[in-house]
Amino acid sequence: MNASDFSVVLPEVLLSLYAMLALVVFVYTGKDKHAVFSIWLTSGVLILLAAIIGFGQSAESTAFNDMFTDDSFSRFAKVFILISAAIVLVMGQDYASKRDMLKFEYPLLIALAVVGMMVMVSAGSLLTLYMGLELQSLALYVVASFRRDSAKSTEAGLKYFVLGALSSGLLLYGSSLIYGFAGTTQFGGILEATQVEHLSVGLLLGLVFVLAGLAFKVSAAPFHMWTPDVYEGAPTPVTAFLATAPKIAAMGLFARVVHDAFGGVVGDWQQIVAVLSLISMFLGAIAAIGQRDIKRLMAYSSIAHMGFALMGLASGTTFGVQAMLIYMVIYVMMNIGAFAFILSMERDGRLVSNIADLQMYSMYEPLKALCVTALMFSMAGVPPMVGFFGKFYVLRAAYDAGLAWLAIAGVIASVIGAFYYIRIVYFMYFGDETEPMDSHSPRRLTVILVVSAALMLLGTFFSLFGLEKLALTAAISLAG
Amino acid sequence: MIGLEHYLTVAAALFVIGIFGLFLNRKNVIILLMSIELILLSVNINFVAFSAFLNDYVGQIFTLFVLTVAAAEAAIGLAILVCFFRNQGSIDVEDVNVMKG
Repeated sequence: MNASDFSVVLPEVLLSLYAMLALVVFVYTGKDKHAVFSIWLTSGVLILLAAIIGFGQSAESTAFNDMFTDDSFSRFAKVFILISAAIVLVMGQDYASKRDMLKFEYPLLIALAVVGMMVMVSAGSLLTLYMGLELQSLALYVVASFRRDSAKSTEAGLKYFVLGALSSGLLLYGSSLIYGFAGTTQFGGILEATQVEHLSVGLLLGLVFVLAGLAFKVSAAPFHMWTPDVYEGAPTPVTAFLATAPKIAAMGLFARVVHDAFGGVVGDWQQIVAVLSLISMFLGAIAAIGQRDIKRLMAYSSIAHMGFALMGLASGTTFGVQAMLIYMVIYVMMNIGAFAFILSMERDGRLVSNIADLQMYSMYEPLKALCVTALMFSMAGVPPMVGFFGKFYVLRAAYDAGLAWLAIAGVIASVIGAFYYIRIVYFMYFGDETEPMDSHSPRRLTVILVVSAALMLLGTFFSLFGLEKLALTAAISLAG
Repeated sequence: MIGLEHYLTVAAALFVIGIFGLFLNRKNVIILLMSIELILLSVNINFVAFSAFLNDYVGQIFTLFVLTVAAAEAAIGLAILVCFFRNQGSIDVEDVNVMKG
């Protein structure tokens, strides 16, 4: 350990120092009087760190005896984690002020969760993996039950906590087996151990446990059961957060484990990931059809999207990692827009979440209805939208890797899934007359919605704004 | 002579008891917290046993980290449980059903 190690982890150190200092300063000054300032300050710090990481030109390096990796892959993931966390934080301000949730701790807990995510995507050993994952999860359990006086919110927190702890337990048990049979917790060491002799039973068992634990965290079926309840029960800004940054981090961690530690035995984990992907796509597509609550619907939608992202990973190639990264970034951009819209769905100052409340929305809010239509078509993967290219990349990656059956299943699942996205559009344009919703939603949310929808359209004409190239660099540094 | 496999068997048994405790328990949320603790402790036995067997200290260091995190996890779990009790007036597993999934 030396000084240069600390310069590698500087962004993480700065963010955690900021969170701890701000916690003390706000407690001793105005407490919740500064809540709004705390939101904007945290958001600013996150954006600043994203800029430092994104525009920093330092070489790829590792720190603390390879326990922490700073490469293009982790930088790519970190930049998008930080940006999406900052946007979602600002989105929730009006919701919080109306519902007595304006507490200065909230943005700081988000900041600590983001530190955890940054450690996750940089993990170079099972120990850093576990510590990052727990830092993220512990902060998220608290924010999920942040409305202490709401039965739904505390129940969501409790469910999230119990199932999250179970998944950490599975992951840890797998880690202990991998440590015992590979003799090391370093990803590099595990990679060597699997190359010397083929995967032993102990290592295979450990791999299965670790993948099960990670599947919980990315909410891939059959480990998805917490997702709908937590999404529905958690306060909507928290749901918006859960659906964006932690997903990038968990998928990044997934990619890191399978490529950095088990990159030598692709055939062994490929089938597991492919099956996870298959079940998630179909479950997400079919179970969402019966949902009336838009937050539950988004939960199933995110399960289906995770299935597609895992399809990219299942191919086990560099192109697969690139496709997964592109898919995740597009998914997060769509979700930010969708949740900006969900946060503005109010009637008489009360949040409504039933999709039937959207009937004839286009009559009194034509611009927002158009934006939501663009987002829904993008989520369904309809060609001119960017969402189509996300799906196209993962399908091609799966096909190139000889998983044609998975690609075909993916196309079928996306057709089934298109039904419930397009039903929302149907309600907005051709539904029955109902009592209209409030029209004076915060301008901030409208701007985010319009920008997100515009990106879905313009991305196609500007070749995804160079995302493909960035994702390729990131993928090469991981799986090259 | 007690060897590595004996420790691994005990750990595996505790792990399975913990998992079953989570899924079969219909009574009390506190029992869920105890089951989670059991799972984490079985992992610790695994780590320490492997560490002694491999003559490698990393496993014991890992155990210390797991212990610390388990304490933090229990604290947060109990805090959420207190909030839940205030709203619901009960900590029965069967009452965790405001949302049906």
